[in-house]
Amino acid sequence: MATIISVEHLSKEYRLGLIGGAMLYEDLSRRWARMRGKPDPLLPVGQEQHARRIGDRFWALDDVSFEVEEGEVLGIIGRNGAGKSTLLKIMSQVTAPTSGQITLRGRVSSLLEVGTGFHPALTGRENVFLNGTILGMTKAEIRRKFDEIVAFSECEEFIDTPVRRYSSGMYVRLAFAVAAHLESEILIVDEVLAVGDAQFQKKCLGKIRELAGGGRTVLFVSHSVSAVVSLCRRAVLLRSGSLVMDGEAKLVTSAYQSDRPDFKLNDEVVANLPRTGTGKALFTSLEVVALDGHGKVLPAPVTGSDLELRTTLECFSDFAGANVAAIFFDASGYRLVDVNTALHGSLLTLTKGRRATATFRLREVLLKPGQYRIALWLGRDGVEEIDYVEYAGRIDIGEDVTRSKHIEHFPGVYQCCFTHELIAEETAPGPVGQRYRDA
Amino acid sequence: MWGRPRKDAVSGREGLGISRPLTVISSHRGWFDWRLRQLWGCRDLISLFVRRDFVTYYKQTILGPAWHVFQPLLTTLTYTVIFGKLAGLPTNGAPPFLFYMVGSVAWNYFAASLNKTASTFIANADLLGKVYFHRLAIPVSVVISNLIAFGIQLGTLLVILIAFSVSGDPVHMTAFAFLTPVYLLMLAGYALSGGIIVCALTTRYRDLIHLITFGVQLLMYATPVIYPVSAVPARYRWVAELNPLTPVMEGFRLGFLGVGTVDMQQLAASFGIMLVLLSIGVMLFSHVERTFMDTV
Repeated sequence: MATIISVEHLSKEYRLGLIGGAMLYEDLSRRWARMRGKPDPLLPVGQEQHARRIGDRFWALDDVSFEVEEGEVLGIIGRNGAGKSTLLKIMSQVTAPTSGQITLRGRVSSLLEVGTGFHPALTGRENVFLNGTILGMTKAEIRRKFDEIVAFSECEEFIDTPVRRYSSGMYVRLAFAVAAHLESEILIVDEVLAVGDAQFQKKCLGKIRELAGGGRTVLFVSHSVSAVVSLCRRAVLLRSGSLVMDGEAKLVTSAYQSDRPDFKLNDEVVANLPRTGTGKALFTSLEVVALDGHGKVLPAPVTGSDLELRTTLECFSDFAGANVAAIFFDASGYRLVDVNTALHGSLLTLTKGRRATATFRLREVLLKPGQYRIALWLGRDGVEEIDYVEYAGRIDIGEDVTRSKHIEHFPGVYQCCFTHELIAEETAPGPVGQRYRDA
Repeated sequence: MWGRPRKDAVSGREGLGISRPLTVISSHRGWFDWRLRQLWGCRDLISLFVRRDFVTYYKQTILGPAWHVFQPLLTTLTYTVIFGKLAGLPTNGAPPFLFYMVGSVAWNYFAASLNKTASTFIANADLLGKVYFHRLAIPVSVVISNLIAFGIQLGTLLVILIAFSVSGDPVHMTAFAFLTPVYLLMLAGYALSGGIIVCALTTRYRDLIHLITFGVQLLMYATPVIYPVSAVPARYRWVAELNPLTPVMEGFRLGFLGVGTVDMQQLAASFGIMLVLLSIGVMLFSHVERTFMDTV
């Protein structure tokens, strides 16, 4: 087996605060001031020269090295912001690294998204050609594979209809069909599987497995541990831009899962989440832990396991009789679970400068395997919304393989029992409060 | 999508397989590493971009291609009234309507191409953020797409020219009309180089994009589009002659109307300047192309 991809000491630095480009006027006035020996007129008052340049940089990738053998299917996993997307972007030449290099021996096609360049006014046929050439095929290649692509997409009847009139399912099917027929030695796949209905997702996974079996080298990037384990023998784990583990997929994914007991959002992250409400109090953290029936911490939540949700709140203005709620939504946006303290008859009263912790223990959470979004809500029912964080976190529920022999998953009603606990205490302001006070 | 095949540094052979291109992605890239062969490999993509622009433009407008006929006619009419009748600018003896029409058809092509190529990165950020292909494929396809509109307008112009000459107006097409492809190539070259230079600069200076439309408008008045170069006072003639677009505009009129002067040396010099400008453009563009996604 020969090495087909080698990544050597790859690093990528992003500058924060400079995104969006500068004004020509600013650059000129800065240069003019420097020419006259004056300090930079645009620096915030009291700040040292060049100070803004330091500290607002961060390394999205930090000295990452690995090699991939020909025909290997490598899984790349990591939390949001671990550097997965940056790695893919550099590998597909969308952006350049800051240092280090990648050597690729063969044609590369990257599927960072399905349907890139699709134009709604063009017909399915025209879009197959356009999208195919954008992805690197020649017209002749597409012509040769056209029937195969259309058959795979199951859109034969509508191939001469503008895609604007396609259902979203058809659109995605056609887009994936084009991508699946690329002839390249190296295929880079980013969570394209997050689209389409469950049945089509299965078909996509099947196709990727087929491509991988055919000697193609595949880099597969995903949050989904089960997808990585089923597709890849080897995986690498990224954490804050560094490659922390490289080895057998099962070992790496379990390390990834026990990386943190399911997930914990630190104050910094929670402070920057989009939120609505009067802001008398704000959610400052969220921690979710999966437990088995005996209270033992599990590496990852599975259908039927208990979940412990702990969130903290900081109060900036007195209020009384508020309800604290945690809500689970499925991928389609349906509200599946809504646990709140009012259901148990307890309401939160808090005064300025104090902090509260709400802990929910959800018992036997019968959510089907998949991804769910958690929202946090604080408010007085029907009176005011104090703080609502719509996207407080995401949780990946897996199949309980020790127990379940169930294969097909159907949507339905989900239920679980829960207990809760509310504690209020004195506090020092954290970053959320800081941000709120600054604003 | 893949780099130019290079000699394998280690084994001295090309890649491992028979047709395996070797791509090296690193932080450094030479100022002269333009990968033009790769651009040539994108010709299918360019042709499909052109087709997409054409098809979507006509599917979305009621008037369709007729729009390309009306637009220069209306512009010409406006110029005829304002510059011809009110301002009384000379037209070297050619019928004013034809004079302005030749000018506006040629200038339209240049201005439309320049304006659109200048926003390549910003208008296509979605696409460019997801897939790699030679980035010049987009501006090149824009310049070609606009040729279609130019062709329709040139056809209209010829019809009107014939109508004028049938009705006995002094119209003399000359052999210089055969140089049209050369003029067109030069306009395309200037529009492309100007566009990609501005485009490269907009990654750093976002406000330039607002200046470009205005700048092109100003450039029109600085170029003999609505007036002949002979109407420029002798004292300022050198300014007009320094403008490399002057011989092109004069050339168009000499070809289609038989008025104006074209100095072949000047035309050749202008062609040379175009090539230099284009090289600078490609150099700047390929330099920022690799990281512009981080700033858009």
